[in-house]
Amino acid sequence: MAIPLIYNVRSVRARWTSAIVAVLGIAGTVGVFVAMLSLARGFKATLVSSGSAENAMVMRAGATSELTGGVDLNSVKSFQDRPEIARGSEGPLIAPEIVIVAPIPLISTGTDANVQVRGVTKNVLQIRRNIKIAEGRMLTPGLAEVVVGKNAIKSYSGLTLGSTIRLGTVNWAMVGVFDAGGTSFDSEVWADAKLLGPAYGRGENFFQSVTMRLANPDALQSLRDALTTDPKLNVDVTRELDYYTKQSGRLTTLITVLGGLVAAVMAIGAVFGALNTMYSAVAERGREIGTMRAIGFGGPSVVFSFMIEALLIAFIGGLIGCIAVLPVNGLTTGAMNFQTFSHVAFAFKITPELLIKGIFFALIMGVVGGLLPAVRAAAQPVASALRSL
Amino acid sequence: MKFSRLIWANLKRKKVRLLLTIGSFAVALFLFTFLAVVKSAFSRGEEIAGADRLVTINRIGLINVLPLSYSDKIRAIPGVKAVTHNHWFGGVYQDERNFFPQFAIDIENHRQVMSEFKVPDDQWNNFVKDQQGCIAGTALAKRFGWKIGDRIPIKNALYGTTKTWEFNLDGIYHDEKEGGDDSQFWLQWKYFDENVPSVMKSTAGWYVMKLDSPDDAAKVAKAVDTTFANSSNETKTETESAFAAGFAKQLGNIEFLILAIGGVVFFTLLLVTGNTMAISVRERTGELAVLKAIGFSGRAVLFFVLAESLVIALFGGLLGLGLAKLAIPVVGTALRGLLPTLIVSVPLLLLGLLFALFVGGASGLLPGIGAMRLRVVDGLRRV
Repeated sequence: MAIPLIYNVRSVRARWTSAIVAVLGIAGTVGVFVAMLSLARGFKATLVSSGSAENAMVMRAGATSELTGGVDLNSVKSFQDRPEIARGSEGPLIAPEIVIVAPIPLISTGTDANVQVRGVTKNVLQIRRNIKIAEGRMLTPGLAEVVVGKNAIKSYSGLTLGSTIRLGTVNWAMVGVFDAGGTSFDSEVWADAKLLGPAYGRGENFFQSVTMRLANPDALQSLRDALTTDPKLNVDVTRELDYYTKQSGRLTTLITVLGGLVAAVMAIGAVFGALNTMYSAVAERGREIGTMRAIGFGGPSVVFSFMIEALLIAFIGGLIGCIAVLPVNGLTTGAMNFQTFSHVAFAFKITPELLIKGIFFALIMGVVGGLLPAVRAAAQPVASALRSL
Repeated sequence: MKFSRLIWANLKRKKVRLLLTIGSFAVALFLFTFLAVVKSAFSRGEEIAGADRLVTINRIGLINVLPLSYSDKIRAIPGVKAVTHNHWFGGVYQDERNFFPQFAIDIENHRQVMSEFKVPDDQWNNFVKDQQGCIAGTALAKRFGWKIGDRIPIKNALYGTTKTWEFNLDGIYHDEKEGGDDSQFWLQWKYFDENVPSVMKSTAGWYVMKLDSPDDAAKVAKAVDTTFANSSNETKTETESAFAAGFAKQLGNIEFLILAIGGVVFFTLLLVTGNTMAISVRERTGELAVLKAIGFSGRAVLFFVLAESLVIALFGGLLGLGLAKLAIPVVGTALRGLLPTLIVSVPLLLLGLLFALFVGGASGLLPGIGAMRLRVVDGLRRV
């Protein structure tokens, strides 16, 4: 026969000072666990969503990021009319781009951040279709104008609509803000590719990467085969989505490993706290347990009852941890992505799935912390338990 | 310590609880050390930077290069003792994940300016003679199991075309500064210069200069930037530590993250031990009253309680710090390439111990004061 649940609820309430230690220990652990994972998720989501499965990128063979790539105009001309590349009203949807990192001070610290500055072509919005102009207007090709991502305007100082900013040897007028839906483009500054190269002392016929819209997403392989076997070209072809997924790898791993490690060690501490609480709950209740056994509840019922109590404490702890960490959801922070050598803004991303993982983690701590004390409770001989104080 | 046996007997009374509390301390101290070590790994560049060194980069950004001719002009500026130039090589060894910094160095001045990097003279001489020579840091050589004489292929797509550069490992350097960077890879600037496209020839990625005196830093930095003002390549000169700090700040708000986690750990620990001490004092109210009845002062009783929690803190603290000392290098090895080297320093361990004792004292204080104020009659009357 089972011991009524209300017995456990009441006894947790009666011994709340001791229970609260275990609850807070578990809450803290779950909070840190969820926060760290949401940070890693947020960073990964920002980069992964930057790439589209319908776009392909061409870079120099072996280049690890756009910054290390290089493709010249003649190469671009040699493949721009291939049938795998979609066409718009003004010709093929292909964008040879220049990528530069420029030092611009962060608003938060006043120290320089490496901001990614991209020299774009006029058809960029047709190729990257999730990007919209949110304020002002798109830059005019041929003029020294820039448009700025919505996170860049919040993170870096001196970027306001209508102001001018010096990049390289040129002063640029800021004419618009674009919204890239929380992707890494939101941390970028865009200028005309034809002007940006010369402003940094580079030829205007040399690009870092070439992004193109595929006529259909399956055309990637045939484009790759054609370009990589062409002896005149020295290039790699990647799906844009794959490129950005790869760029998120190192920092995501770092945050996940560090966060996992910290959460695991904290979990050991929280289990110690739960064990302490449950052992003292068992010790203080020797007589109650003896009485229950004497009136006919079996050993397994007692074990079960104490496990329920431990799980109840763990569940409350997990819940508090999840609720406490919820406000960080959507909070934007920035970090340097070592792989692209540039600063990216991203937000903590707490998903329901992550919260369920957090609660599950709490319940595991409850099981580990409750099992031994529960067994001890059931193992006490009835007579001596009743005789004890 | 004539009461040590009494304190010891009290500690031993509930062995499981004692072990769990010591365990909680050990876990907290382990985390404390781990977080502190990670934090210092990120800001180490700033700490170990030479106070008498300046770094000059192109004003429009680190990825733009400077003409090599600046070298002599910088050397002529009063206050500059020596100047050397570096170039970022940026190649890939076997796999992109095997990241380590590679610099094309100026063999004539590098040793004088970066004097903390020690290379045995015979190895250095071989390196200078060998155009395709390279030198690796001790940590880097250990990571990939390189030995002197090994041939090291590095693929590079940064300059002109993609090609694999072959190097001979001629020497291994060690940074004599505590916590220094032993993970760099050096090649000869001359070899680099001969193999890059013409636009990159005769350029330097950045200059590092050694000053006669660190007090001149601001003056010399200004003089350098003034020299090249209004030229086609303006410069930005700052101290090595400001340069490193700028990098560390970009990595994101690691300090805040670590403080937040540390705060959660600290608070939980205080609660666990405070609760344990409160329970054990409550259980022993009768005994404490007897002690007072037979003539021990209130202060003596406070001392017993405090001593008990301090002993727990001491054991737990030592255990946690010991574990950290053993485990952190293992974690560091597993994460190499992602994090700078993790170093557990002695001052950090001492700080950790102090922190443990502080928490121990604080958590014993409230129950101890309760015991001190306890009236003998009340204590004896309570069950």
